[in-house]
Amino acid sequence: MAKDISIKMRTDNFNAYYGKKHALQNVSTEIQANKVVAFIGPSGCGKSTYLRSMNRMNDLIEGFHIDGTIEIDGLNIYDKEVDVVQLRNRIGMVFQKSIPFPKSIYENVAFGLRLNGKRSKSEMDGIIEESLKRSALWEEIKDRLQDSAMGLSGGQQQRLCIARAIAVNPEILLMDEPCSALDPISTAKIEELIAELKKDYTIIIVTHNMQQAARVSDFTGFFYMGNMVEFDRTRTIFTSPSKKETEDYITGRFG
Amino acid sequence: MTTLSSQAINPAFIRRKKIIGFLAVSITFIAAAAVVSIALLMLGHFLIKGIGGVTWEFLSQAPRNNNTEGGIFPAIYGTTFLVLVMSLLGVPVGTATAIYLSEYAKLNSFFARSVRFGVNTLAGVPSIVFGLFGVGFFVQFIGSGMDSGFGNSTAIWGHPALIWAAATLSVLTLPVVIVSVEEALRTVPRELREASLALGATKWQTIWRIVLPNSMTGILTGSILAVGRGAGEVAPIIFVGAVYSLPELPSKVTDQFMHLGYHLFILATQSPDVEAAMPKQYATTVVLLMLTFVLNFTATFIRSRIRNKR
Repeated sequence: MAKDISIKMRTDNFNAYYGKKHALQNVSTEIQANKVVAFIGPSGCGKSTYLRSMNRMNDLIEGFHIDGTIEIDGLNIYDKEVDVVQLRNRIGMVFQKSIPFPKSIYENVAFGLRLNGKRSKSEMDGIIEESLKRSALWEEIKDRLQDSAMGLSGGQQQRLCIARAIAVNPEILLMDEPCSALDPISTAKIEELIAELKKDYTIIIVTHNMQQAARVSDFTGFFYMGNMVEFDRTRTIFTSPSKKETEDYITGRFG
Repeated sequence: MTTLSSQAINPAFIRRKKIIGFLAVSITFIAAAAVVSIALLMLGHFLIKGIGGVTWEFLSQAPRNNNTEGGIFPAIYGTTFLVLVMSLLGVPVGTATAIYLSEYAKLNSFFARSVRFGVNTLAGVPSIVFGLFGVGFFVQFIGSGMDSGFGNSTAIWGHPALIWAAATLSVLTLPVVIVSVEEALRTVPRELREASLALGATKWQTIWRIVLPNSMTGILTGSILAVGRGAGEVAPIIFVGAVYSLPELPSKVTDQFMHLGYHLFILATQSPDVEAAMPKQYATTVVLLMLTFVLNFTATFIRSRIRNKR
């Protein structure tokens, strides 16, 4: 790759294990800043493990361990010196199940901000409005910010989770099958949002839906049985993949 | 070909199967009916004999004339004071333990298993043993230790008192608190914790801002159950500060106190004129039963609402 392209995240010979189970094997990728990268593959292929390794969510799982490196802007996130809490401030995450906190809409978005000290009311209001606007939710809920977030529709809840994640101003946004529980209209809205958000963030999305990967991403990685089989421009992966397994998967011959 | 022919199964055997089936239903039903009858009988017996004695005078006055007249106000007051102090001591410790077990401890670490063993052991200890422990540990060791530490010439702390009875009861009720609070903490979905951590919350921030608010009702249930358990126990407190009569109400935690359960024991066994004290005894029983029922019912109600939410 040319030198002038800025690499946001570089993974080098990354291996992940749940106890003895070898879940990721020698994964190496380079992810460019302000691009959307999709990871596809059958269930249990390791794509979610990889995503959850990027903000060290897997640290919570007993028996999980790794070797190799994942670097963000040249910093190895598994280095002993790295503070996981600070790391997660830089890397937002949106989960498969849109699960708002049982609080008001306002408090959901404010949650991450409040973790890092007090801010003035006007500053909070500003950030929360901005985050909700960028997650394309503002117009729908601006008159009921104090209502419970549990009353929102599934699609609105997921956009609220995106607002919640971007309110703390991360550099990278991880999305773990963010649309798998949503109807097509809500899915379309989230996909539009992803296209919009990549101006400011590097977005990494795991999806079961290959059409979605083709629609939203600039790069696609295909995982199979813990290996990154192929990683390339999305167009290349979907039109002329170089590996037989990739072609079989995207044409629906297995998986 | 004849189907269902009688030569395949002996009719006598079919009859026997039916009889055994009928017996099984009958015996299990009788057992179940006996249980509910005993409960109703007990309740009914005390209610019928005692409810008439539960008057405003009875609830608001002190006993007079060897417990044959007046009421039980000092015992109600003492019991309330006791369970309040008990909750203040026991609920924070129990909640903290539950948080440790549910949030921090590795599931099968040696320490976590030791704590669980301790909790189970406490839950199985006969209540009279807590009473003896209360005298030995709280009154004589801690209380007297505090007196000599503060240089008191008279025993201010080192004698049976409400604070030590409350401490003894809080140890007795710890398992109840720990088990209910831990159960409540574990019902908070993993996704909520992950969402909080992914936003850059520390573990403690996640516990404080997400886990505890979402298990508040469980903590409440545990506390109420503990109070219900503690309010009715007599054996642990008879050595540790409960007295059968007091000139005035306890005002400090170092005072001694009257107690509903203990008062009942006194009425039933220590009265010079048992016959004359009998109506008071029944009425006291009704008050004590009401108190524990209301507490248990409230706790059960809250708990079932939490379970239904999941």
